[in-house]
Amino acid sequence: MEKDRLMEKCKALIIGGSAGSLDVLLKVLPVVRPDISFPIIIVVHRKHGTDSLLPVLLSTRTEMRVKEVDEKEAILAGTIYVAPSDYHLLIEQDQTFSLDYSEKINYSRPAIDATFQTAAEVYRSQLVCLLLSGSNADGVSGLKSVKAWGGTAIIQDPETAQVAYMPAQAKLNVQIDYELSIEAIGDFINLLP
Amino acid sequence: MLEVPVIQDEHVEILLSDLLEQYGYDFTGYSRASLKRRISRLYTLDKALSFAEFRYRISDDQAYFKRFVEQITVNVTEMFRDPSFFRTLREEVLPKLGTYPFIRIWLAGCSTGEEAYSISILLKELNLLHKSLIYATDLNPAVLEKAAQSMFAMSQMKQYSENYILSGGLKDFSSYYTASYSLAKFNEDLKSKIIFSTHNLVSDHSFNEFQLILCRNVLIYFDRDLQHNVLDLFDNSLEGLGYLALGSKETVDFSRIAKRYKRLPGEKIWRKIG
Repeated sequence: MEKDRLMEKCKALIIGGSAGSLDVLLKVLPVVRPDISFPIIIVVHRKHGTDSLLPVLLSTRTEMRVKEVDEKEAILAGTIYVAPSDYHLLIEQDQTFSLDYSEKINYSRPAIDATFQTAAEVYRSQLVCLLLSGSNADGVSGLKSVKAWGGTAIIQDPETAQVAYMPAQAKLNVQIDYELSIEAIGDFINLLP
Repeated sequence: MLEVPVIQDEHVEILLSDLLEQYGYDFTGYSRASLKRRISRLYTLDKALSFAEFRYRISDDQAYFKRFVEQITVNVTEMFRDPSFFRTLREEVLPKLGTYPFIRIWLAGCSTGEEAYSISILLKELNLLHKSLIYATDLNPAVLEKAAQSMFAMSQMKQYSENYILSGGLKDFSSYYTASYSLAKFNEDLKSKIIFSTHNLVSDHSFNEFQLILCRNVLIYFDRDLQHNVLDLFDNSLEGLGYLALGSKETVDFSRIAKRYKRLPGEKIWRKIG
């Protein structure tokens, strides 16, 4: 699974997850060193109307700045951004966020696919996307785009996922670069150039 | 959705300049990521053979051009979306406007009309509908035709009814429509004070003075410059002490009009104070 290629400098790390992914985030974020040189963008499926809770919860596990995305906001390194519930989160060519209230994709809004796909075209080979535990196939098509544009596709080892379906679907359909246990994810992020 | 989109950034620019030159529709101030996704989606959906063919069809075929505009603008909406927002309208904003002899409301970007009927229901329950007028506008004539039919999918009614109750509604929601097969037809009296009309926020001017303007989840599709222009337009169309309501992720902060507006606690509703 591990591959030998000189990885380009990471410009953005995007983490997508659904059922069972919150636990992973809560375990991984404390391990991530707060001085990383790229932004972490988190897109997780959750119930509409619980907007401010997730960023607050995540901010108790890290010294990095954690915030819910504001529309048209510039994407800055060293910040953890959380996609607002009930909007798709898109990345613009000028490396700002935009929001979109179009149809749900894979029954989801935000859809991981939408963020992965738009980011793939912006960051290309400098994008790293990680797909965590979940019970639907959102993110799989997005990871394909990431690969098509030269980025790096990572999944949580399905064996370690509370709900294996999402990373397992990615493994079946996409050429995955790395498959990581929960313990390995934090170390991997810290080693990203 | 294709992994590598067939529509490239430069294709989007070409189409936008075609639309502007040929039809006078200006989408150049729209955020690109969303537009590009929707154009790519339509391209794939309609199985265009090449970009050249796609472009030609939009230019040459009036009916297809209509479809194009309909499909690249987002028309997803709900009744009583964000119930706490409608609760604030019900309990705070509309009762204040109720002291006026006549209430004029502008619902900009009304899409297929779900919000217009929601507001009409609020006004009716507050006993204000008879002295109100709701101008519901959209740039897209096709969605306005749909809105004027006052029929929505029956499958949505459970969700809408829940939203309605959460927003403070006390009636039986089903008393507002008649069900026939898969459609819920809303009562005629709700439509009697709604005027559906085309208006393009990019190019059209102010057309009246209002005490309440609602424009929710439209500004997110515009770039900063266009957002500021549209907020100026709203400012010019709003009476003193009138209210401006935006979507849950939209704001007047950072705009030229910000200093004249005071936000109501908890909601994306601003009152014009200056």
